[in-house]
Amino acid sequence: MKAIETNQLTKFYGKSRGITNVNLSVEEGDFFGFIGPNGAGKSTTIRTLLGLIFPTSGSAAVLGKSISQNRIEILSQVGYLPSEAMFYSGMRVRDILSYSAKLHQRDCKEEAGKLCERLELDISRRVDELSLGNRKKVGIVCALQHKPKLYILDEPTSGLDPLMQKEFYELLTERNQEGATVFLSSHVLSEISRYCKHAAVIRDGKILASDSVEKLGHTGVKRVTLQSAERVPEIPDAKNITVENGSVSFLYSGSPKQLLTSLADLSFEDFTVTDPDLEEVFMHYYVKEEN
Amino acid sequence: MSIFFHELKRGQKSLLVWSCAIAFMLGICVLIYPEMKTQMDGISTMFAEMGSFSEAFGMDRINFGTFIGFFGVECGNILGLGGALFAATLGISSLAKEEKEHTAEFLLTHPVSREKVLAEKLLAVFAQIVVLNMVSVLVTVLSALAIGESADVKTMSLLFLSYFIMQIEISAVTFGISAFLRGNGLGIGLGIAVLLYFLNIISNLTENVKFLKYITPFGYTEGADIISNGAIEMPYLAAGIVFTAAGIAIAFIQYRKKDIS
Repeated sequence: MKAIETNQLTKFYGKSRGITNVNLSVEEGDFFGFIGPNGAGKSTTIRTLLGLIFPTSGSAAVLGKSISQNRIEILSQVGYLPSEAMFYSGMRVRDILSYSAKLHQRDCKEEAGKLCERLELDISRRVDELSLGNRKKVGIVCALQHKPKLYILDEPTSGLDPLMQKEFYELLTERNQEGATVFLSSHVLSEISRYCKHAAVIRDGKILASDSVEKLGHTGVKRVTLQSAERVPEIPDAKNITVENGSVSFLYSGSPKQLLTSLADLSFEDFTVTDPDLEEVFMHYYVKEEN
Repeated sequence: MSIFFHELKRGQKSLLVWSCAIAFMLGICVLIYPEMKTQMDGISTMFAEMGSFSEAFGMDRINFGTFIGFFGVECGNILGLGGALFAATLGISSLAKEEKEHTAEFLLTHPVSREKVLAEKLLAVFAQIVVLNMVSVLVTVLSALAIGESADVKTMSLLFLSYFIMQIEISAVTFGISAFLRGNGLGIGLGIAVLLYFLNIISNLTENVKFLKYITPFGYTEGADIISNGAIEMPYLAAGIVFTAAGIAIAFIQYRKKDIS
């Protein structure tokens, strides 16, 4: 069974684009990253999966159940962390947590206690006094306390300090090892390359690539750097050309032979050809092609 | 019933303030009656000379010199208009507030159906209206006892019943409207309540627009009609029940398919 599967999922807000023909497939037990710049359609996809908004066309299934038919059953197995968690003003953290547990019809006191301790969250505070990071923690406890099968996390680490981010990912890794599926959206590339097994890249409402994080990194693209080059070489397959302190650097996706031929009549002191790091690959997806 | 109790808890301060304010004014209104009665001759002549102003409030048709006549017009307006404003704020904000404060996302990503959310929220709105009206009845009875006045129980009950049904109608209609709103609709809610109140006054002034009484719930809360007929005007009440049902039905139809942003 797939944890998440979408089929040509499309959402338009009136005439403006949300997502178009999104096909996502997340295996059960996966740690899946969903990457894309702001406004690419990450939240739209997530909100559609949760039944907050309704697709214009296409379909999706979460934990094997159709989002249009079995919303309640899906939600009872899902822990959701919104990118901007908002709570009822005037309520205390402990009341929010217990209201969330009641809506799940479960007793989560023990688990909530453990989570609050690990995240250093004071449950006696009023939610409207909390900083962004602390509000995020309340959201995290709400998403984790009922021990769901699937975690859907929308930009989970924004607002958390580095120590808390680490603690949070430890929590997620533990849950993942216990068999739960983690699906998180982010635009922090280092997080994705560090923790996720699979990832999908979304831009302008379309999925550009979806594969294992390793394979996404090996796209056949090389980063070529020429030290003290006399001029910028004219190579047809070179992209993302930068010139800095006399050294020229570019991404190259053509054949090695052509590269050598192109460089033959150029003088330079030294040159390196490396695999670009994952971040660079994703940047490559991010940046709109000029033509 | 978690949502129902959550709603009551969220609304308890507002309910306390509205109940106290309306009950206080009702109580004062009843307590000044003995003073008014001694000057009643002058007042009756005064009202007789005011023509359409008296008509607008139905004061031309009832005997101001009796306690029930005084109550039906003077005090009735307090509970009528005050209760209508309270019902409108409750109805319009019950759903809209969740979206304005972005808590709808929190609530609706829990395993509860939208129908359940609607049903429990509506029930909470009705419950708060019941409390406000019970407090009003209690304070009225106590202050009437304090000044030693009594009134026909049936007529008094009909007056209170009509105000209660009117508040239920306004809350249901504004609830239906709020299912379409994204932000805070408080202004819209209060505007509707005041508009409906004035529609009734206009319909009292001229026969040509009598049909307005079918539209505004204040048509069947008219103290003058209830006291002189000993009954609530059935055609107006029937129209009110239709509006109430329509408001609730529209809320369910619209909110089921609404995109929560």
